[in-house]
Amino acid sequence: MKALIPETEAELATMIAQAEGPLRIQGGGTRPIGAPVDGQILSTTGLTGIELYEPGALTLVARAGTPLAEVEAALDAEGQRLAFEPMDHRPLLNTSGEPTIGGVVAANVSGPRRIQVGACRDHLLGVRFVDGQGQIIKNGGRVMKNVTGYDLVKLMAGSYGTLGVLSEVSLKVLPKTHMTGVLLFEGLSDTEAVKALSVALGSPFEVTGGAHLQKGMDGAPVTMIRLEGFENSVAYRAGELQKLLAGFGDFMLETDPDRTRAGWRYVRDVAPFQTRSGDVWRLSVKPSDAPGIVAALSGAEAIYDWGGGLIWLLVPEGSELTAATIRAAIGGTGGHATLIRGNPAEVFQPLSPAVAALQRGLRQKFDPRRILNPGLMGADT
Amino acid sequence: MDMPTPDPQIIARKAELVTRLQKVLPADALITDEHETRAYECDALTAYKCPPLLAVLPASTQEVSDVLRICHDMGVPVVPRGSGTSLAGGALPTADSVILGVARLNDVLETDYDNRFVRVQSGRTNLSVTGAVEEQGFFYAPDPSSQLACAIAGNIAMNSGGAHCLKYGVTTNNLMGVTMVLMDGTITQIGGAYLDAEGYDLLGLICGSEGQLGVVTEATLRILRKPEGARPVLIGFDDIVVAGACVADIIKAGVLPVAIEFMDRPCIRATEAFAGAGYPDCEALLIVEVEGSDAEIDEQLETIVTIARSHNPVELRESKSAEESAKIWLGRKSAFGAMGQINDYMCLDGTIPVSQLPYVLKRIGEMSQQYGLDVGNVFHAGDGNMHPLILFDANKPGDLELCEAFGADILRLCVEVGGCLTGEHGVGIEKRDLMNDQYDPGDLEIQMAVKDVFDPKWLLNPAKVFPLAASDTRRIAAE
Ligand SMILES: Cc1cc2nc3c(=O)[nH]c(=O)nc-3n(C[C@H](O)[C@H](O)[C@H](O)COP(=O)(O)OP(=O)(O)OC[C@H]3O[C@@H](n4cnc5c(N)ncnc54)[C@H](O)[C@@H]3O)c2cc1C
Repeated sequence: MKALIPETEAELATMIAQAEGPLRIQGGGTRPIGAPVDGQILSTTGLTGIELYEPGALTLVARAGTPLAEVEAALDAEGQRLAFEPMDHRPLLNTSGEPTIGGVVAANVSGPRRIQVGACRDHLLGVRFVDGQGQIIKNGGRVMKNVTGYDLVKLMAGSYGTLGVLSEVSLKVLPKTHMTGVLLFEGLSDTEAVKALSVALGSPFEVTGGAHLQKGMDGAPVTMIRLEGFENSVAYRAGELQKLLAGFGDFMLETDPDRTRAGWRYVRDVAPFQTRSGDVWRLSVKPSDAPGIVAALSGAEAIYDWGGGLIWLLVPEGSELTAATIRAAIGGTGGHATLIRGNPAEVFQPLSPAVAALQRGLRQKFDPRRILNPGLMGADT
Repeated sequence: MDMPTPDPQIIARKAELVTRLQKVLPADALITDEHETRAYECDALTAYKCPPLLAVLPASTQEVSDVLRICHDMGVPVVPRGSGTSLAGGALPTADSVILGVARLNDVLETDYDNRFVRVQSGRTNLSVTGAVEEQGFFYAPDPSSQLACAIAGNIAMNSGGAHCLKYGVTTNNLMGVTMVLMDGTITQIGGAYLDAEGYDLLGLICGSEGQLGVVTEATLRILRKPEGARPVLIGFDDIVVAGACVADIIKAGVLPVAIEFMDRPCIRATEAFAGAGYPDCEALLIVEVEGSDAEIDEQLETIVTIARSHNPVELRESKSAEESAKIWLGRKSAFGAMGQINDYMCLDGTIPVSQLPYVLKRIGEMSQQYGLDVGNVFHAGDGNMHPLILFDANKPGDLELCEAFGADILRLCVEVGGCLTGEHGVGIEKRDLMNDQYDPGDLEIQMAVKDVFDPKWLLNPAKVFPLAASDTRRIAAE
C-alpha cells in the first residue's frame, strides 16, 4: 500500500479519520523501537518547518516532521541547543534516513545530560496532534510555565504514536555552554565507578554527565564525569571534584573540545555496541542497584550512564539471558527494561494490573478504533 | 463563581456514611460536627466558602483507600486537601462532599543521598522536605512562596513552581514516583527511585491534575546538593521595554540565573513604603540571582552587569555579602504583604512569552484606568510567569466582581499574546470558566475523557478545572 504523506495538519486529520485499517506512524524511520506494526505507513515527513524561534525566550516551535538536523542547525546559529541531548539511534539500529523532531518527542529520546536538565518531556512545552478519530487537539503552549488543564504534553512524549500523531511540538531550548571539561579515570570496577559517580552527582559542582564504560575506547574500563560552563568555573569545579574523588583515583581533566564531544557522543549513541551483534537493552534503575543487576546477568556487557541510573546492556547471541531474567534482576528494587534492538517479543516493561488498566483506558479514549501503531507498546495498547 | 447545587439525597444519607466511615477510621480522624467542618470551608481563595458534609483525616494509604471505596460505593464526591493554600479554589468543598485531608500523612519514609531522592508521605509540607535532608547539605528544589505551609500533595496536584524554577524546574520536573489511590479504592504505584517511569507518562499526567484523577499519598522526590552560595544583583530601568530587552540578553548570553524577578513602579512604591528596602523609584526593577562559588558568582554577575550597563540602567547594585543579598530580596519578598497593606488584592498568575512583556504591561495599565482599579506587577521574568496584583475593597459592594472581571480580561490578554491562563496556581474554580478562551471544545473533551478513565463516576473534585457547562453531562450522569 502506498504511504500516506500529509502536507498539512488538516490533511493529516482527514487521512486518519478516513483510515480503514491500522496505520504505522513514521517520522524519519530511524528509531524502529517497539513491536513491529502491520499497517499502512503514515509519514510525518511532509509536515516540516520551524514556525517560531525566539532565542531570547528560549522557545522553538516546529512541525513534527522537521528534520532534527534542521532544528539543531537553527539553534546552533544562535548558540543554543536541545539541552536533553537526544541520541542518534541510526548506527546502533542500523537504520538510515533523517531523524525528525516529532520522532524524538514520540520516543522521549534523552541523552547523558538527562540527569541534570531532565528528559525530552521536561523540555516539551506544547503539542498539537491528531487523535485516532481524526480530531485535531492542542495542549500546553509555548511558554515555560503552564498548568492550564491536564498535562497531555508529557503524556504524548514517549507514547510512540499510540495516542495520536504529533503535528507540531513546542520546545524549551537552552544556551550552549562555553566549554566542556571531562574528568576521566581508568580501571574502576563497576561498583566503585557508580560510587564515584554518586559522589560527583551529590556534590554542588553541577555535573552534567556521569558515565562508566566497562570497555572504553582503548579497551580499559573508564569512568567519565562531565562539567560544562565558563572556563574558570569548569577549572574550579574540576579541581574540587578531583579532591573529592581522590579516594577512587587520580581523575585527569580533558578539555580538548573535539575529544570531549566525541567522548560523550560515544556514550550517548552507545557506540561500543554499534558494531557488536546481540540484543541491546536499556534499563532504568536506582543507580546504586545497577552494578548488582549487571553482575546478576552473567554474560551481558554494560555501559552505565546517568550516574548508573541508565544501563545499556548487550546480550550476546547465544546467551541464556531472556527478557524474563533481565526483568527479574531489576524486579525487587524497582525500575524497568526496554528492548531497543533484538527479537521484539516483549519490548516494553509489563505494567502492574492497575496501571495497565489505566493505560488501556487512555488508549481507548484517544484511539478507540485502535488504528494508531496497534500493539507497538504491547498488548495493552 | 457558581458551584453545582448540592445533592440533597447525599446530604440525607450523612448518618449512613458516618457509620460506614467509623468502621475504617479512628474516631479522631472523622470530623462531622458542623462547627468543626468550618475549618475546611475554603482554601486561600477566601472569597468562596462552603463547609463540607464532613471531613476525614486518614493516616495511611490503606485508610485513604477504605474511605474512597466507601464514598465511591455511595456516590459521594470527595475533595482532596493538602494544606488548603490553593489560590484557585482547588480545595473548595461543596455541601455534599467529603474533604479528604492528608495532613496526618507527614512522615519521611526514606532518604537516600547516594541516589539523590527522598520518599515522603504527601501531607508533609514543602519546606519540611528540605528540612529532612538539609543536614546533609541537600534540598528539594521547587520552592513556592507558600512553602512553609503548603503540602507536597498540593504541590503535585497543582504542579507548583517557585522563585528558583528557572534553573531547577517546577514540581513535575522533580517528581520521580507516587503512590496514588484511585476513586474506587485501588492503590497504584507509578514510578519510583529511578528516572522516567515505564509505560505512558502517567506521572506527568497526574502532576497538575488538581486532585481529579486520584489521591496521592506518597511521593518520591529528587533532591539536589545545595549550591555553595548565591548572590543577586539589582538593576533599575526607566523603561519597561529596555528592562525586557535586558532580560532577553542575559538569557541569550548563556548565564543561567536561578531567578530573574521583575517589579513595576506601583509595586516598587508599595514595597518601599512597607519594607524600606531602598529600591530606586523607577519604571522597572530586576533582581537577578546566580549561584556557585564566590569566584563563580563574581564572574557571572560581571557578565550580567556588563549586559545591564549596555542598557543604561538608572541603578545597579551588586550584592557582595549575605546582608546585601537579604536587603535586595527584602522588597521582593514582602511585595504581596505590601500590596495587602494598601488594600485587599487578587493575585493573578498568567504566563506570557517574555517578548510580549512591554505590550502586556502597557495594556494592563490601560485596563487599570478603564476599571478604575490599581494594579501592581510582580513577575518571574525569566519564564514569563506574571503575577499582577489587582487592588480592590472587599467591603465595597461590587468591587470584588469588578476586580474579577478585570482579572479575567488580563488572563484573556495572556492567552491572546500566546501565553496561558495559569503558570503555577492552577485552574480550580477561579479560572474554570476561562478555559474556553484557551481551549477549543475538542481540547477540553479529551482532557475530560482522561478523567473518565481514572474516575468514571466523576466523584473526585468534580466541579473544578472544566467549565461547569462542559462537565455538566458527566457530573449529572454520575449522580
Ligand atoms: C501566600 C501564598 C503564596 C503562594 N505562592 C505560590 C508560589 O510561589 N508558587 C506556586 O506554585 N503556588 C503558590 N501558592 C499557591 C499554593 O500554595 C499552591 O498551589 C500549593 O501547592 C497548594 O498546596 P496545598 O497543600 O495547600 O494544597 P490545597 O490547597 O490543599 O489543595 C490544592 C489542590 O490539590 C488537591 N490535592 C490536595 N491534596 C491532594 C492529594 N493528596 N491528592 C490529590 N490531590 C490533592 C486539592 O484537591 C486541590 O485541588 C501560594 C499560595 C499562597 C497562599
